[in-house]
Amino acid sequence: MSGNGYLFAAYAVTWIIHITYLGTIVRRYSRLKREIDELKKSGPRS
Amino acid sequence: MKRAFPILGAVTAILLSYALYMALVWAPTERTMGNVQRIFYYHVPSAWTAFILFFINFGASIVYLIKRKPAADIVALVTAEVGVVFCTVVLVTGPIWARPVWGIWWTWDMRLTSTLVLWLIYVSYLFLRRFSSSGETPTLAAALAVLGALCVPFVYFSIWFFRTQHPQPVMGGGGSIDPRMLHVLLINWLGFSCFAFLVCWSRYRLEKLQRDVDQAHALESLMAPRGSVR
Repeated sequence: MSGNGYLFAAYAVTWIIHITYLGTIVRRYSRLKREIDELKKSGPRS
Repeated sequence: MKRAFPILGAVTAILLSYALYMALVWAPTERTMGNVQRIFYYHVPSAWTAFILFFINFGASIVYLIKRKPAADIVALVTAEVGVVFCTVVLVTGPIWARPVWGIWWTWDMRLTSTLVLWLIYVSYLFLRRFSSSGETPTLAAALAVLGALCVPFVYFSIWFFRTQHPQPVMGGGGSIDPRMLHVLLINWLGFSCFAFLVCWSRYRLEKLQRDVDQAHALESLMAPRGSVR
């Protein structure tokens, strides 16, 4: 691999790591939103 | 406050794009290493950002141990998680830079090994938080974080005290750097710091919401008539 290849690999892998982590946050948010909707549906118990 | 997040998000995106342009185009090409040296503009700012996040984690853990404030516990958890992500970037980009320059992917010298140990400490911190259900978990995690933070200065100064293949630090290492390279490095650091702040902010909101939902679930099961709880 040339110097440019290593440079591209390093920059690409940096953003892959960050985007993967952001993806886990988004997934957790949507799971939580579903949980909140279920809680709202079940409503206050008397 | 609701407006601040997208504004800061847009500013960070512009800053990171500008920093990328500066790193790839504007920064001078290093004479010996050539273009591969430009990995420096992602590797070093990621390391600095990780160190700062681990120090915030340390401060929040101390606050939690003294005052038992849940907000401090959330800050500690969030900064450890984002810090591990940045430390992972350091551990991955380092070998990609080392291969063409040193001819090897990895060497067990003090700087590299201590960085790996630091990463392992914070990964175990996150495992502890994830898999322990004891009520004492935040306290145990805070104690582990205090020990982990002691490793941060050791990693930074290891190249002063031990013979290592790793170059001297850019700041306070006695070495010199082209002012244009320093300028690009600082812009990249600013961009990554803003990005880390944004990620921590959204992760903090998520964790706070998760705890509220868990509390609501607990209340719901307490208020449910006997026999109707799953």
